[in-house]
Amino acid sequence: MSANLSAIAYLVAAVCFILALKGLSSPTSARNGNLFGIAGMAIAVVTTLAQPSMSGFGLIVIAMVIGGAIGAVIALRIQMTAMPQLVAAFHSLVGMAAVLVAAAALYAPESYGIGAVGAIKTASRIEMSLGVVIGAITFTGSVIAFAKLQALMSGAPVVFPGQHLVNLLVGIVIIAMIVWFVRTESYTAFWLMTALAFAIGIMIIIPIGGADMPVVISMLNSYSGWAAAGIGFTLQNTALIIVGALVGASGAILSYIMCRAMNRSFISVILGGFGAEADASSTGRTDKTVKSGSADDAAFIMSNAESVIVVPGYGMAVAQAQHALRDMADTLKEQGVKVTYAIHPVAGRMPGHMNVLLAEANVPYDEVFELEEINSDFANTDVAFVIGANDVTNPAARDPGSPIAGMPILEVDKARTVLFVKRSLSPGYAGIDNDLFYQDNTMMLFADAKQMVEDVVKSI
Amino acid sequence: MIDPLIQDLTIFVLAIFVGYYVVWSVTPALHTPLMSVTNAISGIIVVGALLAVGAEAIGSTGDGEITLSKALGFAAVLLASVNIFGGFIVTQRMLQMFKKKK
Repeated sequence: MSANLSAIAYLVAAVCFILALKGLSSPTSARNGNLFGIAGMAIAVVTTLAQPSMSGFGLIVIAMVIGGAIGAVIALRIQMTAMPQLVAAFHSLVGMAAVLVAAAALYAPESYGIGAVGAIKTASRIEMSLGVVIGAITFTGSVIAFAKLQALMSGAPVVFPGQHLVNLLVGIVIIAMIVWFVRTESYTAFWLMTALAFAIGIMIIIPIGGADMPVVISMLNSYSGWAAAGIGFTLQNTALIIVGALVGASGAILSYIMCRAMNRSFISVILGGFGAEADASSTGRTDKTVKSGSADDAAFIMSNAESVIVVPGYGMAVAQAQHALRDMADTLKEQGVKVTYAIHPVAGRMPGHMNVLLAEANVPYDEVFELEEINSDFANTDVAFVIGANDVTNPAARDPGSPIAGMPILEVDKARTVLFVKRSLSPGYAGIDNDLFYQDNTMMLFADAKQMVEDVVKSI
Repeated sequence: MIDPLIQDLTIFVLAIFVGYYVVWSVTPALHTPLMSVTNAISGIIVVGALLAVGAEAIGSTGDGEITLSKALGFAAVLLASVNIFGGFIVTQRMLQMFKKKK
């Protein structure tokens, strides 16, 4: 395939990828969008294989079959509740692939047309360095995020004195290595910067706590894009550059949306340590009275209500309660109760996590509303049914002195009755007590989320 | 003649703007499929990996270096393929779950 024809084919592939993202503006167009994405990928791969210099097809087929089979099996078997870990794992693979491709280009520059061994073009050396460093950070950062989400390591922030100073020093040494590499094309400099980038990837994710994971995953999504773009510059491949820019922008926007939904700055999330001193402010509240109820009480209240808004959170995912919840909603609807769902942007462990779980349980997406769409409805609602959410409903966000001050919350407290499914009165991730528990119109339902919902269904 | 780097930079910057506007139009309900589909299309890095596997010893590049480059490329094709197949399949699975009220 001639160079011009290849360039056009890569352009077509890039347009397909843009259409794949564009399709996600509504659930009806999204499935076609995904097909565009697949078409774009097929075009890009075939175009690369049709290059005149191409050989080694046997090895390529073996690698693609093994990798494709692993990917397909995982994708078909993965539970929807485990999506955050899966996405983190996929980010790590993109990061590692970027490191490997940069190293391959370093050892065989002529197959990429970027110069000869020992005489790689300066621009390419800079691009390779950026690609490999960002790729390595993405890899180890995503591995740590995966380990935290999969509970292979504690989700609690890991902090030690001088942490930021150490990170800063490592960052400076990495920049020094890049300068050394760009000037001399030293293999030692290349591998040192890669090793240090692997180290700093670990260091920047360990201090970030579990409930900040939506930001972390979005940020690593963004990094994986920038790493791909770095490699795209090295190879002068427009499809790779465009995809890198799209993915980088996508992750950055999601990070921004997640930070805004917690009213926290990106910097404060990245520096980490939030929620580390969790039990400091939760003492001295034992004198307050709490009204607790049974499944029968909850069933009675809800079946006599006109409208119920369900507020799901991470606890629903942990308890796998989404199917039972849908059964409950169906039963209530048979009694003429209007049931809708309210989703906070940071509910769960990744953007859109709750929406996918509800969709999995066959909840129609037009019954599921975002915070801005539904918040004004709570005041006219009989029952708010909070299941597995906590901080995102905490009225303390209206108090300027609170650690979560200014965070947009679901105004659950304005509903006539609040039913709050929770195991205990323990505070949420932010480490602050939720005044909602002690309100006169709140009834706590102390139980496992799934068990409670199943009992409610039985007693309706 | 314009340096190819400047042309690539032009494409890159414009693509960031395209990404910015396209991603803001994505409905929040589909943010998880957005992440999994960006995982899948990030697998485009496979084009760089394919070039490494398909490389032959030319010019100054020695046999040992080619073998190393091929091995790195092989591993990268494998990883990127996991992303491509895994990413698109899991996205399709998720999107099929989003249904309207009957």
